[in-house]
Amino acid sequence: MAKEIERAGIPVAHICSIITISQTVGANRIIPAIAIPHPLGNPKLLPDEEKDLRRNLLKKAFKALQTPIDEQTVFLDS
Amino acid sequence: MSGTSRNKQYRIVHYLNQFFGGVGGEEQANCEPRTIQGSKGPGRLFEKFFREQNVPVEIVATVICGDSYFAENQEKGLGEILPEIQGYSPDLVIAGPAFNAGRYGMACGAICSSLNPLGIPAITAMYKENPGVDQYRKTALIVECADIVTGMEDAVQKMVRLGKKVLQGEKIEFPKAEGCFEQGLRKNYFHAEPAYQRAIALLLQKIGSDSFETEYPIPFFDRVDPQAAIGDLKGLTIALVTSGGIVPTGNPDHIESSNASKYGRYSLEGLEKLETKTHQSAHGGYDNTYANHDPNRVLPIDMMRELEKELGFKQHEWYYATVGNGTSVDSAQKFAKEIAVELIRDGVQAVILTST
Repeated sequence: MAKEIERAGIPVAHICSIITISQTVGANRIIPAIAIPHPLGNPKLLPDEEKDLRRNLLKKAFKALQTPIDEQTVFLDS
Repeated sequence: MSGTSRNKQYRIVHYLNQFFGGVGGEEQANCEPRTIQGSKGPGRLFEKFFREQNVPVEIVATVICGDSYFAENQEKGLGEILPEIQGYSPDLVIAGPAFNAGRYGMACGAICSSLNPLGIPAITAMYKENPGVDQYRKTALIVECADIVTGMEDAVQKMVRLGKKVLQGEKIEFPKAEGCFEQGLRKNYFHAEPAYQRAIALLLQKIGSDSFETEYPIPFFDRVDPQAAIGDLKGLTIALVTSGGIVPTGNPDHIESSNASKYGRYSLEGLEKLETKTHQSAHGGYDNTYANHDPNRVLPIDMMRELEKELGFKQHEWYYATVGNGTSVDSAQKFAKEIAVELIRDGVQAVILTST
């Protein structure tokens, strides 16, 4: 889906739990998530900490969208 | 003593996920690797079919690991599983079959690919759209099988046929003859007919019939060039799309929990966050407990709203959702093409796609 939306002309940041699948299907801007059942959360954290985690992941996605790239890129901790 | 070697009992270690290993369903997908002595589940079928082929085998151990555990800790998982398998000095390792289960296929592929360089032959089986095929077909012998478990018997038969050859040191034929995915290896051999005759025959076949089969398919890599980076977020419209199955409570469009045939478009107007009473997960491929308790963990509306105010972009008032669980590549492409047309019409300039 990431690839087809990108093909249509809209940049996509893919926040996903299994990086290798995202690479295989051809997403270009890939942001590793936390875990399969809660990619943008962590039930072990306190609610405020969990929101911070979500904030950081989304900010990383925005940053990825603002970064010029020539090829598939995994955005690790920045 | 040639007699002993003929009667040699081959040692096999079998790798299964938590489901086929009998540990449990999705709620056990985080289970750490464990080993049981002997065969389990599909392992019994392997032993039966090997016996029918007069190949004396014993599944000495079955290594079981949760799909999510492996997917989320691949290096750690391999570090635990490989020595465990090596400890049994197997003549062959069988992983799966994994059908169209993505995480399971990735695990089977990773394990087989890591064992082969250690001198332990390993085979697995997957459906052609399993992401494990693209990722590992060059480094692992992967038998092509059906997408769902009703294809078990056929998959095991094909794996046994290949496994027998591996065990007895017989020559492995070209992938098509073995029912495997191409590994991209080039083998030289003498063909009975010279190339010019074959070229003319192929040309005539191409002209005269509906189908023809080339001797050398050109590899096809479907990649899309990255779009240019977006500038300042201020004033941009950003949409959320998810394959994690977050839908309004009750799943009004009846999106299937696996192999989805549709997607939904849902309004976010007036919503500051997703709540357990308004939204749920319809996804059948992961334990929904955490997502149902707080759907923002998959579709982060709460934080998008906060950041919308802080950073000055505009959250698109509709989000799109489907279930990415054994969903065919064709369906996913079709959904995304339709979604993209609407997003462009609505002036969306960037998308955040979340996947479980």
